[in-house]
Amino acid sequence: MDRVPILKLGDLLIVSIQVDLDDQSVLVLQEDLAAAVVSRGAKGVIIDISAVEIVDSFTGRMLATIAAMCRMLDAHAVVVGMRPAVAITLVELGLSLGGVRTALDLEKGVALLNHVGGTAR
Amino acid sequence: MGELLRDHEEQVVNRWAQSVDAPRDELLELYRAILGAIEQGGGDLADLRGLLTELSRSRARVGYSPAETSKAVFGLKGAFYEIVVADADTEVLRGFIRFARLIDDLGLFTFEAYAEAREKIIMDQAEQLLELSTPVVKLWDGILAVPLIGTLDSARTQVVMEKLLEALVETGAEHAVIDITGVPAVDTQVAQHLLKTVFAARLMGAECVISGIRPQIAHTIVTLGIEFGDIVTKTSLADALAHAFRRSGVQVSGRPATHVTVRAEQA
Repeated sequence: MDRVPILKLGDLLIVSIQVDLDDQSVLVLQEDLAAAVVSRGAKGVIIDISAVEIVDSFTGRMLATIAAMCRMLDAHAVVVGMRPAVAITLVELGLSLGGVRTALDLEKGVALLNHVGGTAR
Repeated sequence: MGELLRDHEEQVVNRWAQSVDAPRDELLELYRAILGAIEQGGGDLADLRGLLTELSRSRARVGYSPAETSKAVFGLKGAFYEIVVADADTEVLRGFIRFARLIDDLGLFTFEAYAEAREKIIMDQAEQLLELSTPVVKLWDGILAVPLIGTLDSARTQVVMEKLLEALVETGAEHAVIDITGVPAVDTQVAQHLLKTVFAARLMGAECVISGIRPQIAHTIVTLGIEFGDIVTKTSLADALAHAFRRSGVQVSGRPATHVTVRAEQA
């Protein structure tokens, strides 16, 4: 099974999801990410889902769970690059991901985290 | 039967053209096609049907009523009857009944073709309307607006949502204004659709403002108990634009009536 790579950039972690995830790899990603946030002392996590075309309620909840987990570990999470079709699907599923920050693309996500981190420090 | 029709072609067509409001050339062509069909024994009606379809279509487009259209075909019976009565032969009368039956069939076919053509026109127009009524316009760098006009239903909101989200991706805009000044009424369903659009835009990382809420609509929304939550609503498009300017760090200075200087703040 392919693991989703977690990249480090300064005090940010970048997770770029390139394939449609099955439930098992979602769980593995959550564990990996939690461990990486702690071991590397990350202040922000960016989840890039611009390549994801298909979502279900489980993947939708994964995003909310990761965001909540990061908050617990004192890191801000941003979901970036969501496609229109995916956004529509999630809303139709009734998952509006209230507590999750979002940005249009990776660049804007980094800018948002710098902004948020700047005010927090 | 065929002979009688052929011999009196001139007379019948003239009478026919008088009784119905249609160009003589068109009727003559139709008459010859019917004559051809009768002489062949009524087997192959494909050409005739094609002709009738064309006739019904053109009439549907110009706005004739269905009765007028089928009457154009039925009129031939009356015109030909005069010839038959003058002859008064039993054999000819029998032939006339067969002929009348054929004309009835053709008349009904015309009616059907007319209805089909009309339906197609309506569908085309509905599609055009859908395309026309949902523009996404760029107000400023990073600020989009969707002026909604007319009644919102699920199909239209779906189109609006898709267009807006695609425009967000294309332009990289972070602010969108949905203007509902032109929406006559808001009920729970319409509100639900609007909320969905706002949430979907949020998921993609853009903020939506709803503008153009008239007093009656505000009243309805409150009476219906619809919760807009933390979605920003403004009374006019101008207010919404000002809000978007503030949020994106654009400063507007000077008197708007004379001249406006706008400066984008570097982040």
